[in-house]
Amino acid sequence: MNLTTALARLLVFPGVLFAVPFAWFFLWVERKAVARMQGRIGPPFMQPFLDFIKLLGKDTPVRGGAGGLLMRAWPLLAVSAAAGAVGLLPVLPSSGGFEGDLILLLALLEVPSMCIIAAGFSSRSIFGEIGSAREAVLSVAYNVVFLLAIVSIAASQHTFRLETLAQLPPSFLRYLGIAAILVCLPAKLHLNPFSLPNAEQEIYSGPMTEYAGPELAMWELSHGLEWVAATGLVATLAAPHISLAWLAALLFVALSFVVVLLLSVLAAATARLAIDTTVRFYWQCTLIFAVLAISSALFMRFRS
Amino acid sequence: MNLWNKLMCYSRRRSPWIFHMNSGSCNGCDIELVASLSPRYDAEQLGVRLEGSPRHADILCITGPVTRNSVQAVKTVYGQVCGPKAVVAIGSCPATTNVFIDSRTLDGPLDRHLPVDVFVPGCPPRPDAILQGVAKAAQILADRAANKAPVVSVLLPLAEPECACSCAQADKAAAPACEVKP
Repeated sequence: MNLTTALARLLVFPGVLFAVPFAWFFLWVERKAVARMQGRIGPPFMQPFLDFIKLLGKDTPVRGGAGGLLMRAWPLLAVSAAAGAVGLLPVLPSSGGFEGDLILLLALLEVPSMCIIAAGFSSRSIFGEIGSAREAVLSVAYNVVFLLAIVSIAASQHTFRLETLAQLPPSFLRYLGIAAILVCLPAKLHLNPFSLPNAEQEIYSGPMTEYAGPELAMWELSHGLEWVAATGLVATLAAPHISLAWLAALLFVALSFVVVLLLSVLAAATARLAIDTTVRFYWQCTLIFAVLAISSALFMRFRS
Repeated sequence: MNLWNKLMCYSRRRSPWIFHMNSGSCNGCDIELVASLSPRYDAEQLGVRLEGSPRHADILCITGPVTRNSVQAVKTVYGQVCGPKAVVAIGSCPATTNVFIDSRTLDGPLDRHLPVDVFVPGCPPRPDAILQGVAKAAQILADRAANKAPVVSVLLPLAEPECACSCAQADKAAAPACEVKP
């Protein structure tokens, strides 16, 4: 992959220029789907965009010293990491990529959640600290399953290159892995059964409690970009290989949309679980499937 | 006014995030405020979002006659809302202290402590009246951004606003009259 294609992927498609409007679109789909499930009409189409613009025009409290600097830095770091993760997705056929880009993608997907933990603690609000502690416990719980699922897909195909993975013919193991990733996504996106890090009203807004104005706008944007990256990962793994570029892009968008809809409906249909129930769910109920997936992947690898 | 300012005004009008604060209310207005977010009235169509943290909010919705115990909390929360901001006094209590007038446990009405932008009268006001008040406050926010004429407090009429739903016509309860102190 040369510099031009890398920049084009990062800045145009599927990077910033594509991902930012789709981040707002997915945020709207989430809110609209929840509203429809509750028998409401829901927000107008432009709502996340208007929220973003409005937040850019608000004041922020004055915070001095290193703590204030860090608080301003975390949301920017989260946005850039999430945008980079979207840019790595191999949406178009023969779009390049390099050996090991799957590992980089996983690392970049993890950065926003790390930033949220750090942001909550550096805000020094008691609610922020509770939210950060919950986020840390949650990410330890779901990441074991999430990483095992992806490693099992990669190990069975002998590669950590996303494009090669996406092009290989689908197997049973890959669908098992996709199912495991789907189980982890509500926790990764802080959706309802596992929404306890930012449990609205319960601990104010968790790690975001002290954020205001443009910084909060950046958090909203990074949340939207996380939506695009996480659902896009599922879409690239689940989509069949198509050599037509526009059809591949269209399929990517359609599959991401389906995943967003699925997750939103789940979020509207469930209530928030307590932290111990959540951790028990991931360690007791889903870990066994992840272990099964990775052991069968290793078995297949030694047999071939 | 350039394009960015126009967009900002429009966004402020269309995206009012509210923070709900109870300053010793009897819970009647609080129930009505929550009802305005419910499926029947669906405030989210106006872009309203009930926020957990005052830092995120644009509009501070205050219910209750401001008891002595809550004065400091009301002032603190008002300080925590980042500008530009607006205050909506919901119900007759924050406007006049209502039936609790002259009580020794009160330090109200609200406009002794904060600049109130919109008064929504009623005991309790109907959810659609609350929505009208929030929409009015959002308009005030947008006007402030556009540096239009300085805004004085608005007292919504007690008469029933146009109701979106037919059932609301059924019980036009006569709310007690209230006057805003100058």
